[in-house]
Amino acid sequence: MSNRDARPKLQGKIAVGCKGVTKTFGTGNSAVHALRGIDLEVRTNELMMLVGPSGCGKTTLISVIAGVLRRDGGECTVFDQDYNLMSEDKTTSFRGMNIGFVFQAFNLIPSLTTAENVATPLIINGMKPKPAVAKAREMLDRVGFDDRMMRSFPPDLSGGQQQRVAIARALVHGPRFIVCDEPTSALDGETGHKVMELLRRLGCVENRALVVVTHDSRIYKFADRIATMEDGRITTVVDSAADLKVISQKTI
Amino acid sequence: MNFIALKMLFGDRAKFIGIVIGLTFASLLITQQSAIFAGIMTRTFSFLLDVGLPDIWVVDPRAKYIDDIKPMDDNAYLQVRGVEGVKWAVPLYKGTLAVRLKDGTYQSCTVVGLDDETLMGGPATMVSGDLSYLRRSGAVIVDQTGAAGKLAHLLPNGKSVPLRVGEEMEINDNEAVVVGICKVSQTFQNVPVIYMTYSSATLFAPGQRLLLSFVCVKAMPGQNLHSLCQRIERATHLRAYTRNEFKMVTFLYYLKYTGMPINFLTAVALGFLVGIAISGQTFYNFTLDNLRYFGTLKAMGARNGMLLRMILLQALVVGGIGYGLGVGAATAWGMYMGAHTQLAFRLPWHLLVVSAVAVLVICLSSAALSIRKVMKLEPAVVFRS
Repeated sequence: MSNRDARPKLQGKIAVGCKGVTKTFGTGNSAVHALRGIDLEVRTNELMMLVGPSGCGKTTLISVIAGVLRRDGGECTVFDQDYNLMSEDKTTSFRGMNIGFVFQAFNLIPSLTTAENVATPLIINGMKPKPAVAKAREMLDRVGFDDRMMRSFPPDLSGGQQQRVAIARALVHGPRFIVCDEPTSALDGETGHKVMELLRRLGCVENRALVVVTHDSRIYKFADRIATMEDGRITTVVDSAADLKVISQKTI
Repeated sequence: MNFIALKMLFGDRAKFIGIVIGLTFASLLITQQSAIFAGIMTRTFSFLLDVGLPDIWVVDPRAKYIDDIKPMDDNAYLQVRGVEGVKWAVPLYKGTLAVRLKDGTYQSCTVVGLDDETLMGGPATMVSGDLSYLRRSGAVIVDQTGAAGKLAHLLPNGKSVPLRVGEEMEINDNEAVVVGICKVSQTFQNVPVIYMTYSSATLFAPGQRLLLSFVCVKAMPGQNLHSLCQRIERATHLRAYTRNEFKMVTFLYYLKYTGMPINFLTAVALGFLVGIAISGQTFYNFTLDNLRYFGTLKAMGARNGMLLRMILLQALVVGGIGYGLGVGAATAWGMYMGAHTQLAFRLPWHLLVVSAVAVLVICLSSAALSIRKVMKLEPAVVFRS
């Protein structure tokens, strides 16, 4: 993609820094080592993609980075903050202020209008519903929603529209770090493309960092760097989809 | 977060209605059955409520409750009058006599014989006639419900004509004339009440040596009623109760020796269990359906305390609506049935509190299951598809 080539080399500060991160589920013979010493850095204004086969530990890694799952070992900081040194409540508050989430299944609350859904992170952070919804409407305007769509409910929207709402919700409170889990897997190619363009345009600005977990090779071109995971480890980190292709061919 | 909690609750209409219906039904059943029980229990001592003046009731020591009449010596009230601290003491007869209706059938009635001089213990509200007319020979006053109901004349066409002032009636084979119609509280036995003088009662009642049912006592001002009761008991070897004690003795007797409490308690418990079963289950399902969204909120920064308040608010809102509808329906039903039938229905504020507490317990029990689920929810669940 030509846009990607025009981007400057990564110069941002370290947003996420992981060293030797481990995570094991279960104990004894049934123990599953989901992360086996992850070293990873994500910089501000960077869109990092995590790719790899199912069960390789991608989701576990973003869960740890996003602070929804505690790591067992290693070091991991997000904007110099270590979740393992924070109380549960502090971690939750940190997430509320600093992290935006985009989920594979959108996770929009069906009984709230799109504007109310987008307002949710603001309300969680203590804003009153009325100004929160007003601010959410501004955000929805930026993702191309008109007034009628802002008043509609998620079940009335297409998959692409719902993911745009989810992106608006992830951005509305001005988080410093956005975590996207398979944001295009429920969408067709064209819609997925548009969603990624939107994420790229609105997400990778203002010293924000983005991590996208995906299986969808069609969207690799939107990444600044692509980290490949296998069996709980990061095997390669490349700068482009082309580089990834070369490495894959060499491996074969 | 209240905003989101309420939107989530009202947004799932089917579950919301299901929970509210469950709670309404529970509240209705609990309130209605308790109110009927309270109404019936009040009727057990309604005579005491109607005869409001006496401070102390003196009865035979063997009498266990107000309708357990054990006649005393006719002069007992004179002995009571002699006790220090007694302002006045009058005799009162209460018994059951048969009244012959015009169609030849008999109807049992409660007959109250009042002190000839004072007519103390007479009905507080006269619909027609006057209490003093009782002093006429063979005069009786009949209660309004009895006159229009069990003592009414049944016409050949099936309609009934209420008993009126001036009509004659036959009580225990003696002629009597109706001189008044009065209002009294419904009795537990639900039979007509007929008032007459004590001396008339001695004529109408079947020949027996002892007739005196109660001695009604008014204490002198400033008297300690319990001490006065003790003095009366010492002087007469009879049993003396304050009004409230006699009420309680009667109430406890019916509570202990009839199957009523267990019957009503079963109905109330049923309402409670139905409420728990329907509302609890539906509320829990509602939370399970929304678990993904609670997880999302948690991931987005909602603390456990916030989610706890959300669930409690949802539970309290459905509880409030269900309670209001249930109590409203029970009250409307009670008022309608009370006006059109002889249903015993009494809804004091205490019962409203009991019903509210029961609904609150149902709501909190339902919420507790949901809260536990949400509190234990790992926010990482949001990344599992």
